Amino acid sequence: MSGLELLVEVLSWGFILSGSAFLLIGAFGVLRFPDFWSRLHAVSVMDSAGVILLLIGMAIQAGPTLIAVKLIIIGIFLFITGPTATHAVANAAFVSGLRPKEGEGLKSIIDAPAPQPEAKKQAVEAS
Amino acid sequence: MFAVAAIALLIAMVIVLIRVFRGETLYDRVLAVNAFGTITVLFIGVLGFLMERPDFLDIAMLYALINFVGTIAILKFFRYRAIGDIPRKDPEEEAAG
Repeated sequence: MSGLELLVEVLSWGFILSGSAFLLIGAFGVLRFPDFWSRLHAVSVMDSAGVILLLIGMAIQAGPTLIAVKLIIIGIFLFITGPTATHAVANAAFVSGLRPKEGEGLKSIIDAPAPQPEAKKQAVEAS
Repeated sequence: MFAVAAIALLIAMVIVLIRVFRGETLYDRVLAVNAFGTITVLFIGVLGFLMERPDFLDIAMLYALINFVGTIAILKFFRYRAIGDIPRKDPEEEAAG
């Protein structure tokens, strides 16, 4: 085994194992955190750190081929859509009136009224 | 190496599924289903490497697209109670109600 092959193996091992570790940490956070707003943070760990590290590890293992290009395309897509979907879920929950259960510094957020959905707001502004 | 990653992804999928079935609110379930889809995309990719058929990556790409659109569609349905065009009421009636 030449030095370059050893380097590739070690690098992809490191990336894939750390990505798997981040995914497990995020999954445990989703299960164990007390309410919805703290579970959002755990999902963010999975969506950014876990996905990027695992896909980089797989791309290093694949070498400079079409497979690596496909992996990079999947990575860019997940890197854009993951935070977008998380933001959409958080916005829908906030508009529907869900509020954090606990927290001393969050009084202004907990007491905030639910904002109107965009369609209603535009209709009101148009009138 | 890929077997270790596949086992870790399977454990993460099971844990997230527990949250899907236990979730207190609708948004917990939607969030967990979205995370489950992300893990599934990665699992399909790892499975392709494990079985030495990397053509599976096309399926993973397709699954990523469907997962995102599905999450947005579920959220839109539960906010407006309609998936197609949103029924607009009259502005006066809307402002009064």
